[in-house]
Amino acid sequence: MVSAGIDIGSRSIKLVIISNGKVTKNISETTFDPLSVCKSLVKDFSYDKITATGYGRHLFKEHFECEVVSEIKAFALGAKAVNRACRTILDIGGQDIKAISLDQDGNMLKFEMNDRCAAGTGRFLEIMALALGCGIRDFGNLALTADRAAKLNSMCTVFAESEVISLLSKGAPRNEVALGIHRSIIGRVKSMLQRVAIRDDLVFAGGVSLNSCMVRLIEEDACAKVFVPDDPQLIGAMGAAINNLDKKSADELTGEIKYERE
Amino acid sequence: MSENYNQMWTELGLDLKAHEQLLGILGQAYQDIFLAQKNRPEGMKYFDFVMSEVHGLRIKELLDAKKQGRIVVGTFCTFVPEELILAVGGVCVGLCAGAEFGFAEAEKYLPRNTCALIKSIFGFKLGKVCPYIKSVDLLVGENTCDGKKKAYEILGTLHDKLYVMDMPQMKSDDGRSLLKVEYKKFQQKLEAISKRKINIENLKQGISIVNNKRKAVHRLNKLRAANPAPISGLDALLINQVYFYDDPIRYTDAVNKICDELEVRVAKNTGVFPVKTPRILISGCPMAVPNWKIPMIVENAQAVIVGEESCVGERGTQNLVDDSKASIPELMEEITTRYFKIDCAIFTPNPTRLDHILHMVKDYKADGVLHYCLQFCQPYQMESGIVENALEDANIPALRIDTDYSQEDAGQIRTRVEAFIERISR
Repeated sequence: MVSAGIDIGSRSIKLVIISNGKVTKNISETTFDPLSVCKSLVKDFSYDKITATGYGRHLFKEHFECEVVSEIKAFALGAKAVNRACRTILDIGGQDIKAISLDQDGNMLKFEMNDRCAAGTGRFLEIMALALGCGIRDFGNLALTADRAAKLNSMCTVFAESEVISLLSKGAPRNEVALGIHRSIIGRVKSMLQRVAIRDDLVFAGGVSLNSCMVRLIEEDACAKVFVPDDPQLIGAMGAAINNLDKKSADELTGEIKYERE
Repeated sequence: MSENYNQMWTELGLDLKAHEQLLGILGQAYQDIFLAQKNRPEGMKYFDFVMSEVHGLRIKELLDAKKQGRIVVGTFCTFVPEELILAVGGVCVGLCAGAEFGFAEAEKYLPRNTCALIKSIFGFKLGKVCPYIKSVDLLVGENTCDGKKKAYEILGTLHDKLYVMDMPQMKSDDGRSLLKVEYKKFQQKLEAISKRKINIENLKQGISIVNNKRKAVHRLNKLRAANPAPISGLDALLINQVYFYDDPIRYTDAVNKICDELEVRVAKNTGVFPVKTPRILISGCPMAVPNWKIPMIVENAQAVIVGEESCVGERGTQNLVDDSKASIPELMEEITTRYFKIDCAIFTPNPTRLDHILHMVKDYKADGVLHYCLQFCQPYQMESGIVENALEDANIPALRIDTDYSQEDAGQIRTRVEAFIERISR
């Protein structure tokens, strides 16, 4: 069976196709018209079944014949597929932070998720990077060059941005401010992880796991072995695709997922 | 509304424009949330009618009762003994406070981080949209949580009919004595404003009316244990909400009628959701009309709510008053006994609440518990961790949701609720 999963996130839309254990992928920006982006993403592929997840999942279901799963379940399925030993998942995407714990068989146990505030998410980091005049891809590396962190107090994106500007104008080195920004969100992430109980291996997924400084700080602060899969922002879409498979086919894929390299 | 009540509303001093706006929102929400449900019991038509006339016919009834010399008493809490109000020939109405209305006005008097329920009490009063609060001869506050205690001090400056009842905080002998004394004072207050004395006959009659109302709700609760569930959680919540302001005898009759209908459904093994539908128990803060936010999200996600451990639900309606005693002091003692059992989170410690939750999970065959808190409701938020840990230790999945009356967090809550349903439905 050719199985597809689509994850309609706040910042990007991800499509994963699993066919005979091989994975193909496609990513596009969400834009102001997510439905059109979804349509153009799926039109180049044929599949037998598709499952939608992400904040736009219900919108997708209104227009396509599909199953719908929450992002939390999708990440649980996807993380298990890339790391058999996974018991804890941290997903930081554009506007969500999720911490999920799994039992030995990969069933979801507890989960935590931000509800009223998107501080510490991908979008927060994007805005802070912009304030520092740094590309989002280099932001983590810049922070890692600092020996000490500037102190940031605000979790509100708008106030934090003014704090950054005020620190820079006082002459604080750019990399120390960058490290300070990363440090400021770790506390929040850690408390969510602790509420679901941290166990090895911790799979860190979502776009923010591409940030080297975040990975390092979570390893240090959460004292867990952190595993970042290839293409970590695709784990939700992957989980959605796995959701279409029967248990046997899904089990066969467990820990075995490898991407076709472009 | 079938009739034009504008004159009545004007005479009550309502802000007609704001009121019309409120009814418009309410009517649309009711259509989308309740009437859109499939396979509703026929008996819900009565409750639909009551809801459609909530600011109309029911208010007219209250005003007619007043013309006959009966008093109308507004309450905010299940600790106010309706039996005593009925004994003096009064009408008891629970004031709803379940909508985000007039919050900007309310925040002139209250801190922003006050729970939505208290803000709503002020919002309705200040926004001049609640015909109930305008009709009452007595408005009963009760010293339950700190938020309410202090809010009543302020409300007293805005409403001249406010009467505040003190509340114990511990289930000790002293606590019980305090409640008994407060009920005695409340009896005297009621007698003074109604100019009617409580005697053994009218007290027994009051007790019997309220007991019958509770028995009817108990019957409904038992029927919800069936799988498939014969009635949606939304409709059952609505019945529990209407409990607070409908005529008690007519209400009892309507609940018993719907129970007759549900009994037939249960016997035929039919219901509102398929047999395998995940079953959820709600526990926590009260959901006052028109606060339908969480049940709507849960049931739209294809799970069914099978019980409410809540003041608007079984915490408020469980236990009857023993009416076999033959003197007023003995009956007052029995009333105290019944109300003192309410396991509200203002009590410390409050172990019977946890026992009740575990019982309800078992009795209604719930697959998981959604612990619902209003933000800034300290007593229930503090207990939510205790409840969650105890449930998870007993292998009962639990989800904690802290929210308010706004729709701001609806998308995030929907994701969490859907994930919880995925968790419990394997």
